[in-house]
Amino acid sequence: MTSTKTTQLRRIRFSLWILVAAAVLTLCGVYFVRTIGVREPSPPVTVGEAAIRTAFSLIDHNGNRVTGADFLGRWQFVFFGFTHCPDVCPTTLAYMANVLDRLGGEIERVAPIFITVDPSRDTPQVMAEYVQAFHPKLIGLTGTEAEVAAAARSFRVYYEKMEEETAPDGYLMAHAGHIYVMTPEGGFEDVFREGDQSAEEMATDVLASMSGKQ
Amino acid sequence: MMRKLIAIVVVALVVASPALAEESIRVFDAWARASILASRPGAAYLTIESAAEDRLLGVTTPVAGRVMIHAVEKDGDVSRMKHIETLELPAGERVTLAPGGMHLMLMGLQVKLSEGTTFPMTLSFENAGEITVEVSVLGIAAEGPREAAE
Repeated sequence: MTSTKTTQLRRIRFSLWILVAAAVLTLCGVYFVRTIGVREPSPPVTVGEAAIRTAFSLIDHNGNRVTGADFLGRWQFVFFGFTHCPDVCPTTLAYMANVLDRLGGEIERVAPIFITVDPSRDTPQVMAEYVQAFHPKLIGLTGTEAEVAAAARSFRVYYEKMEEETAPDGYLMAHAGHIYVMTPEGGFEDVFREGDQSAEEMATDVLASMSGKQ
Repeated sequence: MMRKLIAIVVVALVVASPALAEESIRVFDAWARASILASRPGAAYLTIESAAEDRLLGVTTPVAGRVMIHAVEKDGDVSRMKHIETLELPAGERVTLAPGGMHLMLMGLQVKLSEGTTFPMTLSFENAGEITVEVSVLGIAAEGPREAAE
């Protein structure tokens, strides 16, 4: 009788300690990420064997919840970046806009998408103002850290927070600068990087893919 | 012997006369991308050509709190911006800072940079001293001043 009680007490005590440990760990984690960023570069995200897919659940720049399925039926151009990015992101988005302008009427069959990897600063309002500066068709997507991480995983996109004391809020994001071209079924078609070919060349390549698959 | 002497005199002249040295360095095609949103870091680009070996030690401008020289390190497919303290300028070589590569990151911009305006930027060189250039603010889709001139 007594021994059962002791065991129960022990169990309760054990559970309580676990709760305390979990709480402390969570608080530390939050403090760490919020205030000083991640000091060490995080290890690359391993993505296993899964194919690159247009799969995500995020918030668009108008504040609406959207999923990958909402963009199926159109070709998707997908680029991950962030609005505090001084060079690669504006350069790539301006390039993407240039490509879009070379598609003629086929632009109606394309959903150009910019997904932020810095959702804590890039709210839907921020994204709205940002994407409109590049192209009226450009769609900005954000979400929670977990939702963005899941979206990046589905495109096998790597990003990390880099501490940079002089940067606003003390960090910058490192990220892959690719534009993914995805089929109307949400499968991978091709990948382009600004600087590797002219906007005209990318437009020609994309139009060729699009005419091959109606 | 005579050659050595001449070399010494030349070196002495270059060191002693910043004005003379300044002429041996050219900074051109300085431009910056117009700001898209307020309080975001900006980027400026330019080309430097120095007849003699030199080093860019720092950059200042009244429009930004701090200017950082950034190189882009490509690690496989990931681009990481790398803050570099000084930029080496090999003799007679053009060093170009351009979109998608090296750039000057303008931190703490006092104002949004508007297309069509210009602002001064001062570059400090180890040997050539200070040189101030006017930076043209181009549209957000610009790739450089030459393209804009066409």
